[in-house]
Amino acid sequence: MSASVLFDAPGPKARRRHLLLSVLAGLVLLGLVVIALQRLGERGELEADRWTAMFTASAWEYTFLPGIWSTLKAAGVAIVLALAFGLVFGMGRVSHHRVIRWASGAVVEFFRGIPVLIMMIAFFYFLAYRGIFEPATNPFVAVVAALTLYNGAVIAELVRSGVGSLPGGQAEAGLSIGLTPAQTMRTIQLPQAITMMLPSLISQLVVVLKDSALGAIITYPELLRSARNLAAGGNTLQPLVMAAVIFIVINFALSLLAGLVERRLAKRGSATD
Amino acid sequence: MRELFEQFDVWAAFWMTIKLSLWSALWALVLGTLLAIMRVGPVRILNVVGSAYVNVVRNTPLTLVVLFSLTVLGTRLGIQIADQNSPTFLTDEAVRWAIFGLSVYHAAFVCEALRSGVNTVPVGQAEAARSIGLGFGQSLRHIVLPQAFRGAVAPLASVAIALIKNTTVATIIGVAQTSYFMAEAIEFRPDLIWELFALIALFFLAITLPIGVGLTSLSRKVAVKR
Amino acid sequence: MKQQRILALSSAAVLALGLSACGGDSESEGGSGGDGGGSGDTVKVGIKFDQPGLGFQEGGEYSGFDVDVANYVAEEMGKEVEFVQAPSPQRETLIETGQVDMIFATYSITDERKEKVSFAGPYFIAGQDLLVTSDSDISGVDDLDGKRLCSVSGSTSAKNVQEEVPGVQLREFDTYSECLDGLVNGQLDALTTDNTILAGYAAQEQYKGKLEVVGNTFSEERYGVGIKKGDTEMCQQINEALTKMVDDGEWQKAVDANFGPANFEVDTEVNPPEQDECS
Repeated sequence: MSASVLFDAPGPKARRRHLLLSVLAGLVLLGLVVIALQRLGERGELEADRWTAMFTASAWEYTFLPGIWSTLKAAGVAIVLALAFGLVFGMGRVSHHRVIRWASGAVVEFFRGIPVLIMMIAFFYFLAYRGIFEPATNPFVAVVAALTLYNGAVIAELVRSGVGSLPGGQAEAGLSIGLTPAQTMRTIQLPQAITMMLPSLISQLVVVLKDSALGAIITYPELLRSARNLAAGGNTLQPLVMAAVIFIVINFALSLLAGLVERRLAKRGSATD
Repeated sequence: MRELFEQFDVWAAFWMTIKLSLWSALWALVLGTLLAIMRVGPVRILNVVGSAYVNVVRNTPLTLVVLFSLTVLGTRLGIQIADQNSPTFLTDEAVRWAIFGLSVYHAAFVCEALRSGVNTVPVGQAEAARSIGLGFGQSLRHIVLPQAFRGAVAPLASVAIALIKNTTVATIIGVAQTSYFMAEAIEFRPDLIWELFALIALFFLAITLPIGVGLTSLSRKVAVKR
Repeated sequence: MKQQRILALSSAAVLALGLSACGGDSESEGGSGGDGGGSGDTVKVGIKFDQPGLGFQEGGEYSGFDVDVANYVAEEMGKEVEFVQAPSPQRETLIETGQVDMIFATYSITDERKEKVSFAGPYFIAGQDLLVTSDSDISGVDDLDGKRLCSVSGSTSAKNVQEEVPGVQLREFDTYSECLDGLVNGQLDALTTDNTILAGYAAQEQYKGKLEVVGNTFSEERYGVGIKKGDTEMCQQINEALTKMVDDGEWQKAVDANFGPANFEVDTEVNPPEQDECS
């Protein structure tokens, strides 16, 4: 057994106690599941046709697949733009000019401190009343813009801590062979920092995907909102459960990927050794 | 800016945001601590349940969790969370389900924060405690938990900040807090959109920045030197 | 060493992707804004896409009363119709920036709006009403004291009721389907908005026989055709077409086809309405 801070390897008495606890916990859980199923049954939520309606070709063609596509599109564009934003302001935060450092810090703290939804609503109505884009694309632009600013600010912090955690010798070596500070940053420090950031970046994508569901509030037809269209017939539970499962599957896969990348990086040894 | 205060009940919206934050933080802390105990405890089945909970909730959008709470648990399954006969039933119900959804969601993050706190305690600490003859309860109380809580301050602070910002999601079930007020106010006064945005941004920064700064310095102060 | 290079390369690729996607995106979206229409043989008409019975999009097909009237008017003007979605908060903007030429989207004529756009019509007079379950004892706004009323956020209809009956409880969602579910499940007592919209929902397959419109309106919504401010020539053209539509019976046909299935009684005292003077 791997060593835990909290416990010694259990002796015979402890093992019996744990067994008893396991059985008890199992019974309580089973009870909860039974109660839940009963309630669902009473309310007719377990009826087969309520669920089969979620697996028809038209439900997927007109609801789930377009929803997934809209979600992925917004999240994909946003994470890419956020990366660009994060690199610019992350570099700004470790700049040698005090003014740039200070200004970047202010921008980053500002966008990290206010809720994504507030930014989304502001962009949405601003665009609606200004009519810069085709009205149908307003929600998309608002979602992407808000996600970009918030996650860009988070990534900027990642960049800063990534560069900050590099040994000082890296920058010194760069400077000593005659590179300018900017060149050192670009060619030596940043590539290493980004490599180290990769797992966190993938995890951030999970945050972006989840937050894209806020778009439902400003009429962006992402997965949650399109799933709710299926609720029109009084099936509220099933579409939401389906949407949740789809989100969980995608995000869980991304989390696994992040873990995989992290382990590979660890096996290879730190880039800074 | 003054026009906004004259025309709308700005304080009521802000107050609702604060109320949602405090109640949800309390419940999330309770539920999250329970989950953390399940996850780090010696009983395998509870480990599994705890980590399943965390993985499911962490990968689900909060918007969905909150919407699900009211429309499915409340309306569809008819679970009563507020007094049916109260003249403010609809508001009470929506607010309580919002708190429920926010608590359930953030409990997963509280659990992970506490767990990461426990993980900061080196195994040698507990071994040393046992070798000088302390029992499980004693070593937990005097050695492990004090260090674990100190290590959990920083991650808990970010959960708290995220929670406060996330209360805006309650707008999806019509809870009249800051984001709801914002959308409503823009409908009536589109000309004041930037003043509104500035006011609301200021409100959130005024809450989140001090918490961030305060708790970060606290976590530094209480950090265990290793 | 090899792995290291691959990782560095892939991160560079991610970076490059980011920059190129950034440029491409803003370009393609910037270009599609504000191109005006109106000349030539097509006319751009703003309608709702999500209101059964009024303006509804299903696949590539459009249906509803607003759609039928718009089609008739455009045909009289000798033009092809191109439908554009016109969400409520964007209607004035769409006209002012020339993204649409006419708006048929449950667009009530109000003095406030007249400052920004002009109106032809009205072509229908609706009123705010209540949708209730078939066994409900609510027969008008006055019965709402202490009852639970649902509405859609951002609409003024619920606020109007609350002003009249302060004892009413309000719930707001951002789409109607959640209101409807609460109504069917007994959590809510009534749903309020224009009677035309309510009738559309009551006529939907799954709610037939379960929900009904009370038929006791408490406001007057005069649906007009939104056009560019001061375009009296277009206003005249539209009004002539509307008059003709009423005279040759097509207006009544459209009413029957779209509102008939809902058992929605059109208020014949005010409908079909007289058109306002163009100004």
